[in-house]
Amino acid sequence: MDTKGQMVLANRLTDGHVVFLAADGGWVEDIAGGALASDQDAAQRLLAAAQLAESRNAVVEPYLIGIRNEAGRRQPVSFREAIRAAGPTVRTDLAD
Amino acid sequence: MGLIREGRLVPDPFTDASGLESLPVGVPLIVSLEQWQLHRDALLAAGQPLGLCLKSDQPPRLVAADLRHFSVVALEFPKYRDGRAYTHARMLRERFQFSGEVRAVGDVLQEQLHFMQRCGFDAFDVVAPDPEKAWRTIAGDHTAWYQATGDGRSRALDLRKGTGP
Amino acid sequence: MYRYDEFDHTLVAERIGTFRRQVERRLSGDLTEDQFKPLRLMNGQYLQLHAYMLRVNIPYGCLSSRQLHQLAFIARRYDRNFGHFTTRQNIQYNWIKLDETPAVLAALAAVEMNAMQSSGNCVRNITADQFAGRARDEIEDPRPWCELIRQWSILHPEFSYLPRKFKIAVSGAPSDRAAVKLHDVGLYLRRNADGVIGFEVLVGGGQGRLPYVGHTIREWLAKDDLLSYLEAILRIYNLGGRRDNPQKARIKVQVNALGPDEFRRLVDEEWAQIRNSPLLAVPGAEIERITAYFADPAWEKLPDAPVAVAGQRKSDPAFDAWYRANVVEHRAPGYAIVNLSLKAPGIAPGDLTADQMDQVAELADRFSLGELRVSHRQNLVFPDVRQTDLRALWQELQKLSLATPNIGKLTDIIACPGLDFCALANTRAIPVAQDIGRHFSDLAVLQDIGELTINISGCMNACGHHHVGHIGILGVEKNGEEFFQLTLGGSSAEDASLGDRLGRSIPAAEVPVAIEAIVCRYKALRQVDERFLDTYRRVGIEPFKEAVYGNSPQRRQAVA
Repeated sequence: MDTKGQMVLANRLTDGHVVFLAADGGWVEDIAGGALASDQDAAQRLLAAAQLAESRNAVVEPYLIGIRNEAGRRQPVSFREAIRAAGPTVRTDLAD
Repeated sequence: MGLIREGRLVPDPFTDASGLESLPVGVPLIVSLEQWQLHRDALLAAGQPLGLCLKSDQPPRLVAADLRHFSVVALEFPKYRDGRAYTHARMLRERFQFSGEVRAVGDVLQEQLHFMQRCGFDAFDVVAPDPEKAWRTIAGDHTAWYQATGDGRSRALDLRKGTGP
Repeated sequence: MYRYDEFDHTLVAERIGTFRRQVERRLSGDLTEDQFKPLRLMNGQYLQLHAYMLRVNIPYGCLSSRQLHQLAFIARRYDRNFGHFTTRQNIQYNWIKLDETPAVLAALAAVEMNAMQSSGNCVRNITADQFAGRARDEIEDPRPWCELIRQWSILHPEFSYLPRKFKIAVSGAPSDRAAVKLHDVGLYLRRNADGVIGFEVLVGGGQGRLPYVGHTIREWLAKDDLLSYLEAILRIYNLGGRRDNPQKARIKVQVNALGPDEFRRLVDEEWAQIRNSPLLAVPGAEIERITAYFADPAWEKLPDAPVAVAGQRKSDPAFDAWYRANVVEHRAPGYAIVNLSLKAPGIAPGDLTADQMDQVAELADRFSLGELRVSHRQNLVFPDVRQTDLRALWQELQKLSLATPNIGKLTDIIACPGLDFCALANTRAIPVAQDIGRHFSDLAVLQDIGELTINISGCMNACGHHHVGHIGILGVEKNGEEFFQLTLGGSSAEDASLGDRLGRSIPAAEVPVAIEAIVCRYKALRQVDERFLDTYRRVGIEPFKEAVYGNSPQRRQAVA
């Protein structure tokens, strides 16, 4: 699994959950299952696909996020997106 | 887009001249405040029904003395979020006793029609593919209201007969 | 408490029907997100970091045990088994699905609750003193007036698209427990020179990026004039509040730009036109009807301060510590007001699990006549506990971790959800609160420090009310790391003041140590029985700056 590049993150419309755009055009909650773009062109294509999905009301507010390698796993570069991907840092007993 | 009055799509007898350079003659016109101020005498002399279009930052009191010349006052919602025209409509009806048509124009969406109606609007240039359907969808939505406005509907408070706990 | 009659039920049911249709139109694509967002917000639903957050109104903080059981049910069935009580006496759920929201609203309506206007550019939940109707110092119970204002404000056709949100708070006591001066409109029930009770009216208070303490624009307003005067204020705001910049759109900006005198003049000019309007008259019968719902319960005739309780306090120091910190005097002899602390060391302030909700509801039935209150400090209150029941209640609360004797003390922290939940945040707030809580868990230490409030906000929107904490903590992002700016000397009471910035922002790990330094300096400087806020006001900020930053000029620089 590639662990460096960009992914598209959004909220699914129906349940509001954070989802990542997958290679098959679907949306997944697990960051490991999403599509990773390794260059700018690929990233822009991903974003365009996401915006199409937004216009079809599958998701809300899609955007590109940077991904880095954290001990062999994908980790969002920004702390905020890391929390979005993993859930709240508090109450981990009850959250995702 | 289409003009709704009393739940029906109706033709608009007025020409909206508010965005035009020169004013058409011989037809009912809706003019802007600026056009009214510039061409007041000519417009009155033309003898055609007149309408005024006010922007959201143009309160009706600016033209209070002239309201009697207008069959229509159109109040603009530049964006549905801009709620000033709700106040303007109430002022037209309740402060200045305007009895002509109060028309909602601009970003007029189905989901705000009942608020507009309660504030005194009676014509709506609705942004919807099927304006009559939009109207029908919301028409029966709300029968209970807490507040009174000048529209004559009773509020819950007045209908209650002191039925306490 | 107020009970819905057929009109209230109809109104809520119709609103749910409308929202259900709006949700369907959104899901089908008939409404774009931009068109749907204000509709969603007017029903209290935000799209946050993890999912949709639903904010449920708890009108002026009053809740029945039946309602609390339903909130537990909703937490289990539709969310993740807990809820969060907010600084506006509301409750928030963080994972409500959009397509299940109409069902959640129906479940709320079944117990006479709703989420209408808990968000959006409209009048929000009317908040009040959490001891309303029970406090010994109360002039008049604010709750009937809150209910009257609530009804006037819900789905007001003219004021549903204001420039920005609008918050109203009411207090009926000289001691302000409702942060009245920090609201868009604040109301104090007061006697005039003839001894007649009316309202002092303040406008333009608020926190956020531009905090202001409210200005009194009318010293005394007759009760009959309440709705017409509020309508005049809202109309001036609707017409003149800024719509070009959301950061400058609150009424506080308008009031301060015009000056309070000019703002008052505009309000009075409009009010003169509508003061006698039958549309805004409040029939005496309606006031009586609403007031009757808030009549005193059938309290038993009990002796006050029974000897048995004094004996229990003497023989059980832990019970005594709780009694002194969390129990408040009640109007009725033999009764007490009990604070439930939702601030056990290390937990997220203001959170309650579904199980705790059910258990608290049962305790409310057993010990507090089936009712409870929510405080803007994110705690709960049992308003009617017999003094002879206090020890038994305390033992039950201990089992639920709701008996920490820290009300009004350093670990009674207000914290916003912060970056753990909120899309607006710069930093997290809950872990900071947990760290401080763990650092200061020694009860004797807390007792010795005395009254000291800490308020934490994860961003400048100030939902954690940091401006009015005795110590305020504001999260700022610095080079991708979480840093915190401290302020001192804020107060949300009748002596309202905004905190002063202490100095350069500090990393998260240093916050408890900084608090420690501030507390040490306070104890060194305080006079007998002088609380922190008063010491600060007497000695100023320098001693505390020096305590936290030392004498190094760079460290003392008051820039983030």
